[in-house]
Amino acid sequence: MDEPGTSNGAVDVGAAPLRIAGRSLSSRLLLGTGGFPSLELLSEAIALSGTELVTVALRRVEVGASGSLVDVLAAAGVELLPNTAGCHTARDAVMTARLAREAFDTDWIKLEVIGDEDTLLPDAPELLRAAEELVDEGFVVLPYTTDDPVLARRLADLGCAAVMPLGSPIGSGMGIRNPYNISLIREAVEVPVVLDAGVGTASDVTLAMELGCDAVMVASAISRAADPLRMARAMRAAVEAGLLAHRAGRIPRRRYARASSPVEGMAELGLD
Amino acid sequence: MIVLNGERSDLLPGDTLASALERLGLELDARGVAVAVDGEVVPRGRWRSFELAEAARVEVLTAMQGG
Repeated sequence: MDEPGTSNGAVDVGAAPLRIAGRSLSSRLLLGTGGFPSLELLSEAIALSGTELVTVALRRVEVGASGSLVDVLAAAGVELLPNTAGCHTARDAVMTARLAREAFDTDWIKLEVIGDEDTLLPDAPELLRAAEELVDEGFVVLPYTTDDPVLARRLADLGCAAVMPLGSPIGSGMGIRNPYNISLIREAVEVPVVLDAGVGTASDVTLAMELGCDAVMVASAISRAADPLRMARAMRAAVEAGLLAHRAGRIPRRRYARASSPVEGMAELGLD
Repeated sequence: MIVLNGERSDLLPGDTLASALERLGLELDARGVAVAVDGEVVPRGRWRSFELAEAARVEVLTAMQGG
């Protein structure tokens, strides 16, 4: 492994940049823009998190809306990842993706097709349908999916550029409910795995990376934290810690203790 | 009646998408904007000349915080 060092206050984790569909990303943290109370705070959080790729939703233009999100994001120097949030059918999601391509001049789309209002869990058949159509139309498709390794493999087989399994429902902050499935997904597909949804705090992000995820997407856990800027910095450190730990290789779990001090050379103190 | 972003508008058949954008305070070169008419994307290059038909449904979308 390369020598870990520091530069720009960030740990050099000695890993090659993440590559998705030919694009290199040195930050393995994707940031959702939802929930930030102001564009100023969003802009500062982007800088502190180190992210290079942020999601945006597509919604009707409001007359007299203050400040332009696209201008703020352009000034921050990040790439846009438009999403299809709020779509419940493949048809709506495909149409939204086409509009996003027109609006933002990008083929990248974070594909979300929601099947249930309370849990916001993906609708698997509609998701597959939309993914197939968008791949056919030349989109770089990053689907938000359940933590089902079989569905993830189906999406990858269709030609998705990455898969984005949830840790737990969007905005729930419940972390990774089924870490075994996340590691099975990592084994099941060749494309990058980006943990998406459910992150509550930094340790969730670290766990995702330790499980072998290639990146983590965070929105609410930063934007709705009591101190979003401090949390943005924490998430950056968490991604780095998890990636380093994964590459370092953890020790196996044991049922009994294994002394870390030598057992030889103990003094005979004659106290028995 | 032509519907603009879900609301009745004073646009008339024959008006162009440029007029629709104007109603929303947008220029033709507005960044990060996409337009659909009756469920089909209308590319930016056609906004100036695209004429709206009676009962057209126009959607003008842009980036919002989300995800």
